[in-house]
Amino acid sequence: MKSNRRSFLKATAAFGTVSLVGFPHIWSKNSSLAYAADGEIKVGVLFSLTGTTAIIEESLNKATIMAIEEINAAGGINGRKLVPVVEDPASDPATFAEKARKLVLSDKCVSVFGSYTSASRKAVLPVFEKQNNLYWYPTLYEGRECSKNVIYTGAVPNQQQDDFIPWLVEKFGKRWYLIGSNYIYPKEENNYCKKLLAELGAEVVAEEYVPLGHSEFSSVINKLKAEKPNVIFSTVVGDSVVALHRQYHAAGLDPEKMPMASLTTSENEVAAMGGEAAAGHFTSAPYFMVWDSPENHKFVDAYKKRWGGDKVTHFVSEPSYFQIYLFKQAVEKLAGSDISPNAIREAVKGQELVAPQGKVRVEPENLHSWLWPKIGQCQADGQFKILKQSANWLEPSPYKAYPNQHCTAEGLKQS
Amino acid sequence: MEIFVSQIMTGLSIGSILLLVALGLAIIYGVTGVINLAHGEFVMLGAYAAWFLQTQFGLGLLASLVPIFLLLALFGWLIEALVIRHLYDRPLDTILATWGIGVMAQQAIRLTAGGELRYVQMPESLSQSVNILGATDSAYRLFILFLALGLFALTWAIYRHTNFGLKLRAITQNRAVASSFGINAGRIYRTTFAYGAGMAGLAGALVSPLKSVSPEMGTTYVVDAFMVVVLGGTQSLMGTLASSGILGELSGYLAFYSNDTIAKALVLLAIIVLIRFRPQGLFTARLRA
Repeated sequence: MKSNRRSFLKATAAFGTVSLVGFPHIWSKNSSLAYAADGEIKVGVLFSLTGTTAIIEESLNKATIMAIEEINAAGGINGRKLVPVVEDPASDPATFAEKARKLVLSDKCVSVFGSYTSASRKAVLPVFEKQNNLYWYPTLYEGRECSKNVIYTGAVPNQQQDDFIPWLVEKFGKRWYLIGSNYIYPKEENNYCKKLLAELGAEVVAEEYVPLGHSEFSSVINKLKAEKPNVIFSTVVGDSVVALHRQYHAAGLDPEKMPMASLTTSENEVAAMGGEAAAGHFTSAPYFMVWDSPENHKFVDAYKKRWGGDKVTHFVSEPSYFQIYLFKQAVEKLAGSDISPNAIREAVKGQELVAPQGKVRVEPENLHSWLWPKIGQCQADGQFKILKQSANWLEPSPYKAYPNQHCTAEGLKQS
Repeated sequence: MEIFVSQIMTGLSIGSILLLVALGLAIIYGVTGVINLAHGEFVMLGAYAAWFLQTQFGLGLLASLVPIFLLLALFGWLIEALVIRHLYDRPLDTILATWGIGVMAQQAIRLTAGGELRYVQMPESLSQSVNILGATDSAYRLFILFLALGLFALTWAIYRHTNFGLKLRAITQNRAVASSFGINAGRIYRTTFAYGAGMAGLAGALVSPLKSVSPEMGTTYVVDAFMVVVLGGTQSLMGTLASSGILGELSGYLAFYSNDTIAKALVLLAIIVLIRFRPQGLFTARLRA
């Protein structure tokens, strides 16, 4: 352990206090030690187990719990057990905020792992900023957020698109049809996509949004037949992804001529739409279940053993898993008395870890993660075939679509 | 021309799914006056029944249609016998009770079958596309269209040409008088409720290969079904048929020329305006008051 002036001062102060008072238990009432009392560290787990997004969030909860169990089975963090406090925010942003408040204020969790949708993250953000606690967010998202109270372990637009879009333009052509669900995530992804397409001299023939949960795509399919784009860039989410693929397949369209390129279709959605409807389409993400690495084999085997052989891992459950290990690495650096959200944030900056997808790193400036984007093509057996991995890990730039804004450790800077 | 034909087929296809989903609701509401908010969950249970029969017994979708109808009819029969029959003539209480049944059904499925999206295979024989006047359309969508019309015709025949239908119409017109002529209204209501639930189950099973199967899928269908019934007139089967067709074509066209978000809003707006000037819906049963 590196010793520096600050920890020396703290140790001296602590020693001084103890010797002066002579009753160590009084010292244990110190607020920062309360986060690691009785040899336990309480952390919140905030994924919906009921409601519309429970479909996906259940798997994030499972990956999180599994990582916590593994760490505890291996002796905890410096001998301290992790105690997960699991709450069900029921897919409702208001309930997310309420449960977050409970986890932070009354359970005194030192960090909370949670959220799938941006709406729920935005809802809890004020709680974590006001209480200066830490939220760990595993989902790929639209970027354009800069908070010192969130650790982002999922991809932002530049990480999913920088390799993907040029590759598709070269392989299939320059007429693009953008379709997404009607909310902020698809709109921001499309903003960035249009920027890249403009640089490549490609053309957007249509940009369209369907209501969340929409399941009737026959008019969209007629438009696709009329427009005949080279690529359909899809940021449709949730059960709509399944409906879109199945109806595309039933209408007899051909993925070899007009493939769908998605940022949101994972093994989870593919299992629900069936391999025949998914085969031939593309997804860009830092993680696929078939990724061949010792860390991933270990992760997939453990996941199936713990939760059932038919379960799949995907590009949101993987960060849900490795972010617990990032948390562990950060806390390991701290003395018991130092464990606090503030100290963990400082300790996690620049942390590196070999995750199932490859070696990841927390960027000290914006608390997003360096990741390994990959391009996968779905196969009829429901798994992806990985066609390409980026040559190097990719820096997270949450404001890349907005060149005059930069997320720094001091907050958002305008230039 | 090709696009024109495609669009008409699209509208018919959307309409046929609406008809399938709304038929059960229209019968139940038209006859018993019960506003069944659990209707969407009956649809969802039908889809899960298809998934269950397929994964556990290897039964294809077509082979499981009859068992699914019977299962859901039995479920509806039980719900009527245990809950609904105590609540006739108390519309507010039935709304609350059926809502509660819907929530329980959703959670029961979540606890037993799990929360993830489920996959129901499309029948192999119907998974290609066919050519109609130069436009291609999914064979499965055409199958749904014909089946929906068939089920409608069957329901119509039962309603108009059977002894049961006669009693049904008598009760619908005036329950007290019909009862005084010896018609067992309670039994007719129960059978109707079971039939409506069975229809909803079929609808769920039939849409499952085109859409996704999840515990919450019923919520959108119940809204669509109510729109159809309200527009068509609550006591008219023909009204249900016509309004499914109108809503299907309308939302298909609006979605094609603008997008689905705007189409949804405009269709809802059109229904509100229409209800303002014609509260009884487009079609009404002629009754002697």
